[in-house]
Amino acid sequence: MNPLRQAQALRQAQAERVTVRIDGCDVTAVAGERILDVARREGATVPTLCHQDGMRPAGNCRACVVEIQGERTLAPSCCRTVQAGQVIDTKSERVQRAQRVVLELLGADQPPAPHTLRSELEQWCDTMGVTRNRFDRHAPPAPDVSNPAIAVNLDACINCMRCVRACREVQVNDVIAIAGSGPTTRIAFDLDDPMGASTCVSCGECVQACPTGALTPANGAALVEPDREVDSVCPYCGVGCQLTYRIKDQKIIEVVGRDGPANQGRLCVKGRFGFDYVHHRERITTPLVRRDDAPKTLDGFDPSDPFKVFREATWEEALERAAGGLAAIRERDGPDALAGFGSAKGSNEEAYLFQKLVRTGFGTNNVDHCTRLCHASSVTALLEGIGSGAVSNPVADVADADVIMVVGANPTVNHPVAATFMKNAVKAGKTLIVADPRRTELARHAHIALQFRPGSDVALFNAMLHTIIAEGLHDPAFVAERTTHFDELAANVAATTPEAMSPVCGIAPEDIRRAARAYAGAGSAIILWGMGVSQHVHGTDNARCLIALALVTGQIGRPGTGLHPLRGQNNVQGASDAGLIPMMLPDYQRVDNAGVRRRFESAWGAELDPKPGLTVVEIMDAACAGRIKGMYVMGENPAMSDPDLGHARHGLASLEHLVVQDLFLTETAAFADVFLPASAFPEKTGTFTNTDRRVQLGRQAVQPPGQAKQDLWIIQQLARRLGLRWGEPRVDQVYEEMRSLMPSIAGVSWQRLVDGEPLMYPCADERDPGQRVMFAERFALPGGKARLAPARSSPANELPDGEYPMVLMTGRQLEHWHTGSMTRRATVLDALEPEAVVTVHPEDLRRIGAEPGAHVRLLTRRGAVRASARIDAGLQRGQLFMAFCYSEAAANLLTNPALDPFAKIPELKFCAARLEAIAA
Amino acid sequence: MSSTTVIRLHPVAAPVARKARATPRGRQPTAEALDEVRRLLGGAPRERDLLIEHLHRINDAHGHLPDALLVALASEMRLSMAEVYETASFYHHFEIVKAGEEAPARLTVRVCESLSCAMAGSAALQDELVERLAARGDVRVVRAPCIGRCAGAPAVSVGRHAIDGADVEAVVAAVEQGRVEAELPAVTAYDAYVAGGGYRLLDDLQAGRRHAEEVMSALADAGLRGLGGAGFPAGRKWKIVRGQAAPRLIAVNIDEGEPGTFKDRGCLESDPHRFLEGALVAAHCIEAAAIYLYLRDEYAAGRAILERELAALRAARPALVPIHLRRGAGAYICGEESALIESLEGKRGWPRLRPPYVAEVGLFGRPTLEHNLETLHWVRDIVERGPGAFADHGRHGRKGLRAFSLSGRVRNPGVHLAPAGITLRELVDEYGGGMQDGHALYGYFPGGASGGMLPASLADVPLDFDTLQAHGCFIGSAAVVVFSQHDSARELALNAMRFFEHESCGQCTPCREGTQRAVELMQQPHWDVALLQELSAVMMDASICGLGQAAPNPLLCAIKYFPQEFA
Repeated sequence: MNPLRQAQALRQAQAERVTVRIDGCDVTAVAGERILDVARREGATVPTLCHQDGMRPAGNCRACVVEIQGERTLAPSCCRTVQAGQVIDTKSERVQRAQRVVLELLGADQPPAPHTLRSELEQWCDTMGVTRNRFDRHAPPAPDVSNPAIAVNLDACINCMRCVRACREVQVNDVIAIAGSGPTTRIAFDLDDPMGASTCVSCGECVQACPTGALTPANGAALVEPDREVDSVCPYCGVGCQLTYRIKDQKIIEVVGRDGPANQGRLCVKGRFGFDYVHHRERITTPLVRRDDAPKTLDGFDPSDPFKVFREATWEEALERAAGGLAAIRERDGPDALAGFGSAKGSNEEAYLFQKLVRTGFGTNNVDHCTRLCHASSVTALLEGIGSGAVSNPVADVADADVIMVVGANPTVNHPVAATFMKNAVKAGKTLIVADPRRTELARHAHIALQFRPGSDVALFNAMLHTIIAEGLHDPAFVAERTTHFDELAANVAATTPEAMSPVCGIAPEDIRRAARAYAGAGSAIILWGMGVSQHVHGTDNARCLIALALVTGQIGRPGTGLHPLRGQNNVQGASDAGLIPMMLPDYQRVDNAGVRRRFESAWGAELDPKPGLTVVEIMDAACAGRIKGMYVMGENPAMSDPDLGHARHGLASLEHLVVQDLFLTETAAFADVFLPASAFPEKTGTFTNTDRRVQLGRQAVQPPGQAKQDLWIIQQLARRLGLRWGEPRVDQVYEEMRSLMPSIAGVSWQRLVDGEPLMYPCADERDPGQRVMFAERFALPGGKARLAPARSSPANELPDGEYPMVLMTGRQLEHWHTGSMTRRATVLDALEPEAVVTVHPEDLRRIGAEPGAHVRLLTRRGAVRASARIDAGLQRGQLFMAFCYSEAAANLLTNPALDPFAKIPELKFCAARLEAIAA
Repeated sequence: MSSTTVIRLHPVAAPVARKARATPRGRQPTAEALDEVRRLLGGAPRERDLLIEHLHRINDAHGHLPDALLVALASEMRLSMAEVYETASFYHHFEIVKAGEEAPARLTVRVCESLSCAMAGSAALQDELVERLAARGDVRVVRAPCIGRCAGAPAVSVGRHAIDGADVEAVVAAVEQGRVEAELPAVTAYDAYVAGGGYRLLDDLQAGRRHAEEVMSALADAGLRGLGGAGFPAGRKWKIVRGQAAPRLIAVNIDEGEPGTFKDRGCLESDPHRFLEGALVAAHCIEAAAIYLYLRDEYAAGRAILERELAALRAARPALVPIHLRRGAGAYICGEESALIESLEGKRGWPRLRPPYVAEVGLFGRPTLEHNLETLHWVRDIVERGPGAFADHGRHGRKGLRAFSLSGRVRNPGVHLAPAGITLRELVDEYGGGMQDGHALYGYFPGGASGGMLPASLADVPLDFDTLQAHGCFIGSAAVVVFSQHDSARELALNAMRFFEHESCGQCTPCREGTQRAVELMQQPHWDVALLQELSAVMMDASICGLGQAAPNPLLCAIKYFPQEFA
């Protein structure tokens, strides 16, 4: 039971009780309970079709009608609540006649061959004994197979509106319409367009909702009875949706949403339809070692043909080679010639063991992962300002907020299920402010949309801070009691009036004021941000401003307030917590703190390097410079994800010894000396910490293919060969070791996770229910006060000029995740977004003489790629956007590696670029 | 359910284009379409509740709704295409034309096919018109559900120009001469209404010379009940809404669509300020923040009159509460009180599930006093002349006055103000001038298509609320359609059921599927009476709103009272 449901249950427990008579028996129920629920609890059989728990009742199928004494007509039990003294009949002849005829009427048009094995209509007809049909079948509508994810067979549609509510009210994707009237009533996508040509984002919520098979997975899974089901979580973004795998013949055939605290049964296209990468033919199923004649290059590299570059090896040989190469460098050049990249895709246990291996086996703190490229600046600013890098409030708090401010984030694409809760909140009357250089889908729902100039974040936020302080909208008591350095902040924004900043950020002064007043004046207001904030050379300053907004207005420490940097990968939070950071041990305990070190040294039985290690980009620089000679990369793909890939790839090629552990021959694996075939997410068990600080259990659903091994085992084998005596502890044992060293999760026992408790850390002991809202009374800094940090507006590192007149931003697309190694091998996702795309304002494309859809060339000072041009009027003139998931057109060949001085995060959201037409 | 492995998982069946989309997902508004939509909407607010109004602007300009403009309209109103499309596709007066499809002719001739017009030969008229006008590419002839001109059956509208007693020549002449706009009847305009003592009641209330309690007591004493058909006591309704939290709203139901009913049009096209004053008095008494008038789209003349008279009223009395005039778009169901509210909000006219009732949660979620036009029409008289002016009328033990819409085989069809409780025989003889020559009374609909049918043998039953239930009928809006030995009750029942099938909103199973199946069964040479009765029972028991609940009335009455037709 998630917290919302718990709260609901609690309210019910305290609510008034009423007595009603159902089928002749007096029954006590809670006032406000649905007749349907009470009747079913009492054992009555009441058919339902349009009813689905968690959705607004529609009451239109009329299968659940019952007789209420004194009422002229029958009443839909799914909509009506019990009233004291009611006399209800669920079995009378009149009721049975109505229920049966409704089922018969709906059954009359059903297809002779069903589209699903789970037709609720068929099940209810069986239950209610509706066997005959006295009506002729109407001519069926044609099937619609235009969407690679979803098959549409409206001959089975009963107009129950479940898909409409799923699409419009649950996910708020607003694609499915109930069109026509009377006999022409039908489900339609947009303007009755084929689903595949509509605005459908293929989240599949409609499929999950459909009771009759009118909407089913396109792969036919609805007609297959699974052998078993396994409850797990989603392997993609940081939202942490819970899901269930359906498995047939050791293969995953379908994924359905589970009622988790972060998703309430919802999923997005990646989570629901992007699962078959695990069974992809390019999976590497035996260990590989590089052939002596194979040069380290991506030229001609083909991940489907490993034997051009590698030869098969036994695990014994591969592990010996992998560990031997690393040990040799350690002995020859010292520990600092080695480095490791863990991954935010892996579990907490994997991250923990990986950093422990690097720190104790390699003997260096040169361990990092791609969080560096995502939210390092956010974390830096948060640690500095409030003492904790994690979110203060969960995404779900948008329901408690009066104002929701989303900055530099495109959650409908990157955190689709989190976005649904934001849209739900707007539907419930909350005010949404969206600040982003692009007009995103979420902006359509916004009350105030601030489409500011790329890179002008600080100017905009300082103008808001100015307004708040100048107009006295700040919270002086909060500022005085809970913060320091207010005067410095106030002095810093004294001159940053909306009028002064408007020319810099491109937002009208009045709009800046409106946003500032809405945020500051709200009873509760939450800020959520993404990498539009963090991936700048002034990323830390950007985040400092957002923190300052929350602190000066006192919008933190209560439900519906706070600061939430949306995490991009399923375990970004957990991997960082577990210590995949060069300057921190698990739980953000600094390596340069002797006391901390002593504790870990005694626990691990090894000496630790007191010197913080290098970060991701610094490691690549060191590899290029020959200072780093050996690397172990687990599940990370720096040959795609690092900025200025030419440089990064040169660094990888320069390594003397590279060990890569992954599912596929990634672009990084092209440079590997040893490749260790690892396990995909559903092939192992482990814990994952979502963006809300919630630790959840992913359970193994299928076996790794061939000789592929679970990652934990591989790390342990390497550890043994690097001289460490760990043995082979199970995942739960690894977790418990980690927990013993991490006060934040001290109370989150493995057993509680197995039991499915929705726990958000910090959680002090095993009776602690965890903490949903942080900083209610004090911040996690010495003295308990937050520190306000002034920030000055500074330009991006590389500004447009005559040669490169446009601004390139990089990020993600809905269907593809991170470097695409998984999603581009997922059949449905690949079909939906099959080739590299650069998004451009229609006028800009016209200006270079290219048609929408044409291939164009995109160039920066660092490289050039070719991609298909997609117009989008949501971009400003002069902006370009590209996702970094396409190996054939790697956007990071173009990006600028300039770093934020505080957090060492590269400026992936801004570089000067040029777009050229390609002659046909 | 047994498990099966016969059907294997298959790779995605759709042909996979290895080409990325050139645009964001789905249709994108073109610059041209956006320009046009902005031009058509001008400075009008873009609020969601104006969606139907804005669709009308496009529809009026094009004679249909081009899909490209719907995409642009969605963008301009910051709505999803689904929201625009589901509203646009719901209403019969909107025809969506996709790129590449043929647009309908600019001019539409609507031949009413409902009860009285059908009896007057509308089917043959329609056929002849189709033939005569086939050669012209610029006009199309369509059948239309009741257009509220039953006294002039057969009635036809050429564009917005209504023709009573239509024949082929009259219609063709109108088409050829381009007479396509509504002709405005002479009405009591603002000045004349004021000269006759109009708005004095409102003035008295506003000046404190009279009080809300007095008005509500007068309504209660007069026994005024909702004259749209449901008959809820008006005074009590005002009190209920007044007791709800502010802001409160008023909705006036002028979506008169029940076949056989045209009394509201009568009031509107003769003395429009009378009901407006009634609405303003109600607004004063319940302290409403605004009044919304929902006018059926067929009443083009009424719309022109209201636009003109509202302008005069606003000019003369600028301080009045806002009165918004909203236009329906061809949907009988919007006469249902909660469907009307949905339509006023710019949505499909799907009745709401109740409770909560519109008095508690109505328009825009606010407590709403909703009244039929005629109910408000009586307010001034009842207060000024005393409850007796209304309550002193009545026959056979009934109290009050009713405006009967009388049509069919009578000599003088029309709106007849007659005492409540009058019998059909009295109504026909005293007000209707008797039966037409050659016609003998065979049966009648006492309350439009939904009120059921009674045989001549029951022509002496008092016609009022509560008097007809025992006979399986109700008086509803007091639309009395009289038929004779030349008519077939069975055919009329089928006509009515076809109407309900066409006008079902499609929301609930019993009505959406039931009306279709009933029509199919009733078209058979032999009616499966048992199945029809079972189906009827379920429609009456389990439909959401009155449409589905009442739709079987004519069919059941045909079986019950006219067995000779099924022998």
